[in-house]
Amino acid sequence: MAVAFDEMNIPGGDLRPAYQELARWLKETPPEALEYRRQEAELLFRRIGITFAVYGEAESTERLIPFDVIPRIMSGKEWALLEKGLKQRVRALNMFLRDIYHGRDILRAEIVPDDLIFQNPVFRPEMNGQQVPHDVYVHIAGIDIVRTDAEDFIVLEDNARTPSGVSYMLENREIMMRLFPDLFARHRVAPVERYPDELLAALRSVAPQSASGEPTVALLTPGVYNSAYYEHSFLADKLGIELVEGRDLIVKNNEVFMRTTEGLKRVDVIYRRVDDDFLDPLTFRPDSVLGVPGLMSAYAAGNITLANAVGTGIADDKAIYSYMPDIVKFYLGEEPILKNVPTWRCREPKDLAYVLDNLGELVVKEVHGSGGYGMLIGPAATKATIEAFREKLKREPEGFIAQPTLALSTCPTCTASGLAPRHVDLRPFVLTGSKRTTIVPGGLTRVALKEGSLVVNSSQGGGTKDTWILDE
Amino acid sequence: MLSRTAENLYWLARYVERAEYLARTIDATLRVTALPAAYIGKTNEWDSALLTAGVAGSFYQQYEEANEHNVVDYLSFSAANPSSIKNCIEAARLNSRSVRTALTSEMWDTINSAWIELQAVWSKGTSTREDLAKFLRFVQETSLRFDGSAYRTMLRNDAYWFSRMGVHLERADNTARILDVKYHVLLPEKEHVGGPLDFYQWSSILRSVSALTAYHWVYRETLKPWLIADLLILNDTLPRSLASCYGNLVRNLDQIGVAYGRQGPAQRHARGIRNRLEHSNMNDIFQHGVHEFIQEFITDNSRLGEIITKQYLI
Repeated sequence: MAVAFDEMNIPGGDLRPAYQELARWLKETPPEALEYRRQEAELLFRRIGITFAVYGEAESTERLIPFDVIPRIMSGKEWALLEKGLKQRVRALNMFLRDIYHGRDILRAEIVPDDLIFQNPVFRPEMNGQQVPHDVYVHIAGIDIVRTDAEDFIVLEDNARTPSGVSYMLENREIMMRLFPDLFARHRVAPVERYPDELLAALRSVAPQSASGEPTVALLTPGVYNSAYYEHSFLADKLGIELVEGRDLIVKNNEVFMRTTEGLKRVDVIYRRVDDDFLDPLTFRPDSVLGVPGLMSAYAAGNITLANAVGTGIADDKAIYSYMPDIVKFYLGEEPILKNVPTWRCREPKDLAYVLDNLGELVVKEVHGSGGYGMLIGPAATKATIEAFREKLKREPEGFIAQPTLALSTCPTCTASGLAPRHVDLRPFVLTGSKRTTIVPGGLTRVALKEGSLVVNSSQGGGTKDTWILDE
Repeated sequence: MLSRTAENLYWLARYVERAEYLARTIDATLRVTALPAAYIGKTNEWDSALLTAGVAGSFYQQYEEANEHNVVDYLSFSAANPSSIKNCIEAARLNSRSVRTALTSEMWDTINSAWIELQAVWSKGTSTREDLAKFLRFVQETSLRFDGSAYRTMLRNDAYWFSRMGVHLERADNTARILDVKYHVLLPEKEHVGGPLDFYQWSSILRSVSALTAYHWVYRETLKPWLIADLLILNDTLPRSLASCYGNLVRNLDQIGVAYGRQGPAQRHARGIRNRLEHSNMNDIFQHGVHEFIQEFITDNSRLGEIITKQYLI
């Protein structure tokens, strides 16, 4: 693997401009002071209760995501390009979804193969012909971005269902401002704190026609045992909306109501953090206790807006991902600004043969997997793991895609032996309302804390960093 | 507000109040059992502690004997006892998590840091008397901090009133239960035959509802059982008396009634209990029988809990 692009240091000893002030500050700050504030940050996170749960671990159901106090910095110019690319990508995602559930021009043009849609478990036939307000399907998108050089931004993954992590973006900034006021004073960092306002505005703008002038928005959570519960309560609080569970809602005459101490109250927009499968036991999984019986009929009647819409999984499916550059071109007639990682579709025999021959160098992902579960990182895997994976691949090739192992960019990070480069990615959050698409500058930077590791997922030992966009 | 949120706030307050009461009960029992037998007679004070906590039945399914070790363990740390201090704190934290948006950060911080701190106690236990005393004090302080945070930081709206109702309903229940267990030492003036023996029983009762000092301020008298009964039942200046709890419950329910623009069975029922307390005097109560009076009160009080639940919380 090539030497990774470092976002701070240029080989030969120079610094990239965005990091110059940080480097100066680091030189002036004794390591003990940094360590002291690192501990302080951890204490704050625990006291505020910013925790997440790891599935499949019986003990320690609540864990902290490690926080690295060294910020990741980008120049305003870099951000401007990224922002443009993100807006383009999300526009295309929304147009693609509208098309798939209506006219299906893209299938007729044979750009995306039919079976990839119709045989895909995340395709929702219930959505065929269903109108969604303002044709917005993906109100909140989390697009995972990586860099391999100073010029390009590459999309690693589109998250169009219920992307999480934005609370960390906001809390990381709060804590950094509390602990490092001096460092902020030396930079002009674009603020992120208006995210909740933007989100609420976007959600209200897509209220159904039957809603009153002041639409009621609620956040639907699976409950306290969900891994992202902290984020749900955090956002409900910041937005000033009710945090509801399925049992708090009831459908009557195709309208959705919440049970309050003053009786039933109509809800117009649900920012739902419950997966499609669990939304309505009458339509989807009958064993779901997290959902609301009848919700889908209220949805079909146009009395409730779900954000994100039902069936958006078909747009962020890893099998669809490889078609994204064509999808952008098809709907917008523009060249994609953000690149895709070259992807081998194991469903195609030629690609499969190549993948099987080169397992040791590739990253192989499950088409329907997420969160870093069930993937193979060839260069880091043992022979036995690779062989086991080879069998899985042969048995069900359509279940996998493969990509080259990218040399993700690195950023300086606190480690046991001082500052050292660690691999990072970035998840900006793109909000789409009836009229506009907005992105607060930055996003959530995730960092693989283990030396050499490329897995940034919090469920796999990744941490987070504050992300600074310099306002030049 | 969401019914579930109101329910969580109400129970959160009840759990915290209950944890404090249990800590006080253990504290008071430790004091009285430390005395030589000649001073307290033959009654098993640990049995009384179980009775006032309302868990004697379940205790004896697991233990043979009500001694200090077993009872302290059952009331404080037992996972099998749904009302142990540990379970109260765990439940309070879980409730807090589910209603974080309705709590102020100060209230959340109190519960969350107490929960974090107590993890060490749960895993190691309290090996010495000193550890135990420290633990009991910590629980009481947590409750005080929680109450203070609520009082000083919450908006005065339905969230606050539901939370206060939880406190007062639980408190009334606790005070009534200790009276129920100890009614036999609280005799009217003319029947009083007690010797020095009862003195420690009386002061223990007062201690468990933190009213020992208050007693002296109110009556400027040595401990007299009928005055103790008067203080705990009818004196509305004592925050833990039944009269005071019901003054507050009626007020909170009225505030909710005004905010929602209508009253219901909960308001009527609470007013009924308050009126009865207001129009009673100790002579009548003794004549009627303290025990009967208290038992009736406990039933009425838990009935109010059910009515509130039906009217607002489900």
